[in-house]
Amino acid sequence: MIRLKLAVVLALFLFAVVPALAQQVITIGFTVSKTGALNVDSLEQYRGFELWRDQLNATGGIKAAGKSYQIKFASYDDESNSKRVQQLYTRMILEDKADFLFSPYSSSLTATAAVVTEQYGKIMLTTGAAEEKTYKLGNHYLYQMFAPATQYLTPAIDALKSKDPSAAIAFVYEDAAFSVAVVNPAKAYAQQQGFNTAFSEAYAPNTTDFSALIDKVISSKASVLLGGGHYADGSTLARQLYGHKVQLKMVTLLVAPDSPQWVELGDAALGVMVPSQWEPQTAFKVQYGPSGVDFSKAYIAKYNTPPSYESAGGYASGLILQRAIEQAGGIDTGKVSAALNNTDIVTFYGRTKFSIAAGEHGLQVGHSLVLAQWQKDKTGKPVKQVVWPLTGKSADLQYPIKR
Amino acid sequence: MGGILASMIDGLMVGSVYGLAAMGLSLIWGVMDVINLTHGAMIALGMFGMYLLFNAVAMNPYVLLLPLLALGLGLGILVYWMSVHLVVGRSQLMSLLSTFSVNMMVIGIGTALWSTSPYNVNFSLPGLTVGDYTFTGNHIAATTAAVIVALALEMFLYHTRPGKAIRAVADNREAAELMGISSTMVLTVSFGIGIALAMVSGALVSTLFPFTILSGAGYQLKSFVVTVLAGLGKPLGALVAGILLGLLEGTLTPFIAVSWIPLIEFGLFVVVLILFPRGIFGRATA
Amino acid sequence: MILKRPSFWLILVLAAVFAILPTRGQNAALREDLILVAVAITLVSNLNLLIGYTGYVNFGHIVFYGLGGYVGLYLVTERHWSLYLSALTAGVLVSLIALLFGLGILRLRGAYFALATVGVLVAVNAFVANFDPWGRSTGIYVSFDAYEPLGGPMKALWTTYYLIVGVMSLSLILSLFIKTSKFGLGLFAIREDEDAAIVLGVNATMYKAIVYSISAFLPAIAGALMFYKNGMIDPSIAFEYMLSLEGIVMLMLGGQGTVIGGALGAALYERLRSYLLTSPKLSNFHLVIAGGLLLVVVLFASGGLIGWLYQLWPGSKDVIE
Repeated sequence: MIRLKLAVVLALFLFAVVPALAQQVITIGFTVSKTGALNVDSLEQYRGFELWRDQLNATGGIKAAGKSYQIKFASYDDESNSKRVQQLYTRMILEDKADFLFSPYSSSLTATAAVVTEQYGKIMLTTGAAEEKTYKLGNHYLYQMFAPATQYLTPAIDALKSKDPSAAIAFVYEDAAFSVAVVNPAKAYAQQQGFNTAFSEAYAPNTTDFSALIDKVISSKASVLLGGGHYADGSTLARQLYGHKVQLKMVTLLVAPDSPQWVELGDAALGVMVPSQWEPQTAFKVQYGPSGVDFSKAYIAKYNTPPSYESAGGYASGLILQRAIEQAGGIDTGKVSAALNNTDIVTFYGRTKFSIAAGEHGLQVGHSLVLAQWQKDKTGKPVKQVVWPLTGKSADLQYPIKR
Repeated sequence: MGGILASMIDGLMVGSVYGLAAMGLSLIWGVMDVINLTHGAMIALGMFGMYLLFNAVAMNPYVLLLPLLALGLGLGILVYWMSVHLVVGRSQLMSLLSTFSVNMMVIGIGTALWSTSPYNVNFSLPGLTVGDYTFTGNHIAATTAAVIVALALEMFLYHTRPGKAIRAVADNREAAELMGISSTMVLTVSFGIGIALAMVSGALVSTLFPFTILSGAGYQLKSFVVTVLAGLGKPLGALVAGILLGLLEGTLTPFIAVSWIPLIEFGLFVVVLILFPRGIFGRATA
Repeated sequence: MILKRPSFWLILVLAAVFAILPTRGQNAALREDLILVAVAITLVSNLNLLIGYTGYVNFGHIVFYGLGGYVGLYLVTERHWSLYLSALTAGVLVSLIALLFGLGILRLRGAYFALATVGVLVAVNAFVANFDPWGRSTGIYVSFDAYEPLGGPMKALWTTYYLIVGVMSLSLILSLFIKTSKFGLGLFAIREDEDAAIVLGVNATMYKAIVYSISAFLPAIAGALMFYKNGMIDPSIAFEYMLSLEGIVMLMLGGQGTVIGGALGAALYERLRSYLLTSPKLSNFHLVIAGGLLLVVVLFASGGLIGWLYQLWPGSKDVIE
């Protein structure tokens, strides 16, 4: 009698355990800038990753070729420091045995991580990184989610052309990989469109005092300012521009105004525009994954704040990797890489397609940017509206901005 | 032309804060021949002190300078006893290293408490607009505060007994002791004053720009430049030299890219040191 | 004769340990840990030449490492030179630059010299951040196939490791060699009493400039190799002031003025730092602990660990130098 009971218990136990054993784990490694100048933007990107993982694991993980894979993260604080990025990515590959990598946040940190992932032949999906040079160095396993840097200021310049073709433009931007990669082509484009560059100067990363530059902008009689870098310098620049009462008709800054934290600037926040990889108002015909509305809802429910485009990029990275693993039937680097190379799909984030042309492997060629502007809504609350392209706008472009 | 003038005035104002920052370093160096490498960390603590007080009490930040001064004095006395007292008189390398070690500890604790993400003191005084250019109220107030503190220190050193005692010890410690002045007391107090000055300058900077626990390092470097230019132990000279440095920056920026300024400053610094190995107004006895 | 000194053989044993340990089992993770220690030892032993032997504190020591990295990487990526030639050229070029700078700033005494070295570091940093051919603030990136001449990235990582172990060993041997040479005697004389040394005929400025220049050579080569391995360089990681300062801590901790002391301090400190780097709660405490250690050493045990060893066992002075 006891033996029978024991046998039943054993059978039940095995029955419960065996399916669990068939469940595997995929480790994804990445660093987050929990501290340092990039922390605001990096945290938003991390939340995108986290939301994707939590939702996916709750429904049983990635299902490929009869197996299901739970997602595990191996992540560390890179302190916005490139040396730590290299040490940590090496560690995640060698010690944490990461199967795949996501990039850190920012073009500079991603470029340093890419060196390590390419050395060890691991797939890395990059998000929060728009600079193109990294993909032109002969890589095999990099995949860029963001639309490239050369496109960032094109919408702003097009919008300006439609309102004031004779405006004088000032470029004030961070002397770092990303902003330089944005501004140099933008200057050429502006000139092509008939604009006059009244002033152009790059400031050292981590600059906190812009008064000297601002005086120069005023002296140049520019009426439009394009530039910035990331959240820390962008928000400070915007504050100080406002404090110095600079008479500008348009201010477009990179990255910073997209963060929900931008409202902390109070009056200095209004009217400022930002090139955006994604806005909640943009609605695509989704072929894979949740809709934009569902994504925003889930994000707000979990984090009590609306998603920025960094978060969207993070979540989308997870989605695209997930789909590639499903298509490849497993986690073999060669097969997943082939699946990624073949990707051409529309998610809530927009169209994603990677270039496989020689000399630019992994460059994002499917995705485009929109232009958003902070305006007061009917209740007087500051909100971000999509103002360009005109076919996707949620509100009219305010030009000149009134402050 | 207006732009250049505006830039020069901006530079002058920031320079007064440089000068205030340097005064503490100069005083300590002059009195006890110790190069205080906690200087930068103390400036950063001043920034955070202002931030914490301002967010706790919501009073005018300039009023909060007074408790910060007192805090700085206390902190300075503590640091003195911890790391300087035992090495005063030994080789300069030792005091360099001992103060440096305290610096590391403060930065470490500060990073643990406040990380390296930027902080802001959200306070704005209305500015002064002249033509196209505006001078922010915070800058004007910081300059005023710096000048007031400098003058107060000068009065203290030259017109009070403790001040004279400090100058006596700076001149010749043994002779001062023979005159009945307790050099240990004097050294302790001067170190405290030096740190208090550093903290006040940090507090003023916090009203101007965003900061982290690492922001003090830049001001420490500028303080070295200013102190060496001005000569040791001459606080008012440090203020003037700081203003001149700021003026130099302000005059150059309209003409060259801002990123060249550090190169020019430190290049100048090294050249001046080489030409005047004991500082421009340096003393014959080190 | 240097071969007669036990420390020489100690250095060779150390080199062998570094070379063999990760190779058995192709342990890449261990190699990554050890390479950082080897670089730290290289930097610290060369720093010792100036601080320990001559008594001059160099706060800007890392500038040699960074400049070496830039010269090396520039030659590899823009001029397509081989790694070996680039690294060697980096060493020679940077020590020449150091000689030039040295002749200028080594006329300064004591703390003024220390401050001038800070000025040099900041000025070089600012210059490189504005220098177009070297990528300004963005820096230089190696293309991913730059490792092909060395047989691909995996092999290149091992080769650079062995090269750095070699550079580390050379640094220690150089340290020992100078210590036992007439040149070294001159340096010690300067450290004890510079004015007396000058009176006795030591050309102090020349000696100081030469040792400043020598102390640049191997760190510059190490820089070229390390930044090649890391695949990129930019001003913020080439001229990290904190690294310079940590070098001083390592030296003081181990025992300045001795050959092995620097190596010991570097190894201990680097282990501590690596451990704390990935521990989420403690990662900021490595500065606090390092600072505390330094303070204790300076106040109570200025000879560092080796100095303490000498006190415990005076006989060890001849064996462990």
